[in-house]
Amino acid sequence: MAEFIAWVLVVAIAAYACAGGTDYGAGFWDLLAGGAERGKRPRWLIDHAMAPVWEANNVWLIFVLVIMWTGFPTMFQAVFSAMWLPLALAAVGLVLRGAGFALRKPTRRLAQQRIYGAMFAVSSLVTPFFLGAVLGGIASGHVEVGTTASAGAWANGTSVLTGLLAVAATAFLGAVFLCSDALRFGAADLVDYFRLRALLAFAAVVVLALIALPVTHDDARYVWDGLTGGMGLLLIVLAAVCGLATVLLVWRRTYGWSRYTSVASVALVVGAWGFAQRPYLLPTTLTVTEAAGAPHTLRWLMIVTAIAIVLVGPALVLLYRLDTMGELEELTDADTRAARAPGGDL
Amino acid sequence: MLSTVALLADSTPAQLLPARELMAFTLASHILLVPFGVALPFITLLMHHRALRRNDPVGLLLARRWSAVMAVQFAIGIITGTVLSFEFGLLWPGMMGRWGDVFGLGFGVEAWAFFLEAVLIAIYLYGWRRLKPWTHFWLAVPLPLAALMGAFGIIAANSWMNTPQGFSLDAQGKPIHVDVRQAIFTPMFGPEYWHFVVAMLLTAGYVVAGVYAVGWLRGRRDRYHRLGFTVPFTVAAILTPVQFMLGDSAARAVFHKQPIKFAATEIVWKTDTHVPEYMFGRLHPDGTISGGIKIPQLDSILAGFKPSTQVTGLTSVPASDRPTATQATIAHWAFDIMVTIGSLLILLALWYAWSWWRHRDNPGSRWFYRCAALAGVACLLTVECGWITTEVGRQPWIVYQHMRVSEAVTDTGAGALWAMLGIVIVVYVAVFGAFLAVVLKMRTRWRIADEGAAAARAEPPPETDTPYGPRSEPEPTATGAAPDGGSGHTSGGAS
Repeated sequence: MAEFIAWVLVVAIAAYACAGGTDYGAGFWDLLAGGAERGKRPRWLIDHAMAPVWEANNVWLIFVLVIMWTGFPTMFQAVFSAMWLPLALAAVGLVLRGAGFALRKPTRRLAQQRIYGAMFAVSSLVTPFFLGAVLGGIASGHVEVGTTASAGAWANGTSVLTGLLAVAATAFLGAVFLCSDALRFGAADLVDYFRLRALLAFAAVVVLALIALPVTHDDARYVWDGLTGGMGLLLIVLAAVCGLATVLLVWRRTYGWSRYTSVASVALVVGAWGFAQRPYLLPTTLTVTEAAGAPHTLRWLMIVTAIAIVLVGPALVLLYRLDTMGELEELTDADTRAARAPGGDL
Repeated sequence: MLSTVALLADSTPAQLLPARELMAFTLASHILLVPFGVALPFITLLMHHRALRRNDPVGLLLARRWSAVMAVQFAIGIITGTVLSFEFGLLWPGMMGRWGDVFGLGFGVEAWAFFLEAVLIAIYLYGWRRLKPWTHFWLAVPLPLAALMGAFGIIAANSWMNTPQGFSLDAQGKPIHVDVRQAIFTPMFGPEYWHFVVAMLLTAGYVVAGVYAVGWLRGRRDRYHRLGFTVPFTVAAILTPVQFMLGDSAARAVFHKQPIKFAATEIVWKTDTHVPEYMFGRLHPDGTISGGIKIPQLDSILAGFKPSTQVTGLTSVPASDRPTATQATIAHWAFDIMVTIGSLLILLALWYAWSWWRHRDNPGSRWFYRCAALAGVACLLTVECGWITTEVGRQPWIVYQHMRVSEAVTDTGAGALWAMLGIVIVVYVAVFGAFLAVVLKMRTRWRIADEGAAAARAEPPPETDTPYGPRSEPEPTATGAAPDGGSGHTSGGAS
């Protein structure tokens, strides 16, 4: 049963990597969109594409944390003690990112928008880096129960590379999604704009992965072996196939399936990491069984999860469907202001 | 294990103070947004329903504007809430490591409820333009229920910290035999939950009504302001006496289940019968009380309905197991401020009820609207006070009688935590300041538009809409709206 909850955790992390990652990627391209005039159009698209879904996407992270402390309290304690600084910085990044995005829209003045926009964009880069670095530190066995906060836990080759890979993967996801969004919003110029960026980001992912192979070989031996053999390897190969398929689709300008393949490639990598770590939660010191919380709690966690899937699943599907069908549109000033006119005589 | 507990009781780690300050600051900030996260959707839907039923454009306009505010507020609430879940690990890893599997499930419920809320709120906020009116409304109806579920999870966790149960301890003091149902439905859960939910509705109602009370005082007495005032104020006024009863029963539950906390909130030093009630006043470390208004016998009467009721005093437990005199005074003041404001709000609600009963109308007195305008702010103050009462009154325990705050705190150095606190204060002041500025700006723009519409009456939309033109219609932005705005709407386009 602990095994099952561990897989729920992996799935939740994969979901956050995909859903949240897409938004981080959008923020990454916002950062690189250039000056106010040049970046106006891409930023407009990023805003409209992200606005309805970013809050829901963000909640996956909370869910990851809750499963960690309810299902595996010892692991939660160990990770948050050892990885204090990157997690604290990620939390600050989350605040700045959310506030920057939420406040940029209703703001009118260009100068203020620049500040909020910069907040949003920079923290979109910083937050996934640190979250990735934490995962890298865990995978390379730098976290043990009782490890106190130290730079060594996250300032090592594997951590830094995982952080960079996380940034590159989010940039890839973001660009692929923005291609489709541009098509949906009828902005033909932006389709090619983000098409180029999707391809560049994929190249970055490949380069980083190739660098990571020798660097992590000794540092994260257990996970390295897990990823180069058995189920781990199978999923990595599948992820690579999906990634290449995405590139092919984007290259040939057929955007119908590119989003699904890109999401699949990222999710499969997370899944492969899950297989590679088995049976450890913190390689190679803490197994899933050792870290598991009380059996009764785990059973209830499963029940709650099942109920939630029944309740949230349809709602989430509805949200994404409505969003991609273009049914969701921001309230405009015309709706909140000028709608006053008919009732003006009252 | 027990010996280490005794040792730890004496030594206060240096990082304890900054950790507590950081938690207090972030939670105090977040809790100001909670009433709107929990109750604003309900109030908005009430207005929305009314407007749809009566085909009332003014009501619809109000509902739309409230949802525009909700959009910004919900986003800020989400991020400040995410910070809190990080802080459980960053500040109190000891508590989560030991007790996470006992009481963490409440957060699991909350996370999913919150997820549902985020999804539904997104559909509601972005569904105004394209969805059919009633479809749009019905899709949002589960929203208040999801909010109630979320509150359920959080309060389950908090009430467990107040009255922990649903586990037994093994030889090392680790919890075993966890029973989740017992751990969720703890003795304090019921009183805390209803008190909290009604507080949220009440606060949101008074704050929203307060906005229109200010408008009324400034001479804007059209139907728009009347409706915007009446609907939320009625909700709040109906709930005020209910809340008074609930608060009273919550205090009595504390008296029975957490006698030391009760002693702190009522600054009762020695266990005794015929205990007097102090309004405010200050408790000194030697047990004397200075200042305040003393009402003989009343505390015993309130606790057990007769003067002979025995009330447990602070000195019934060792000094290391109870709040300090200063902490007790803080909890006492917070409690008294909450009760005082609650009582005043009852008078306001009675005024409102009397006016409707006699005149079938809102009161006409300016003083009524002055009080109503203040009621929202006062309510936010009571929310802070209620939270301070329950948290400070539990000191020095993080898990009542099972774990001290000092045992739960992180090993990270005090310096890092102080630095973090500094950063967080700067960031939060900026974020909340910007949030307020944005909301006030929205209000100003709406008011100007309304005044413009009332004055011109002709067809203001094309003109008043232009400065914000690019936001009106996403698709034509590139083509249609671009020529007429010039540089003026650059910001709008990129928004």
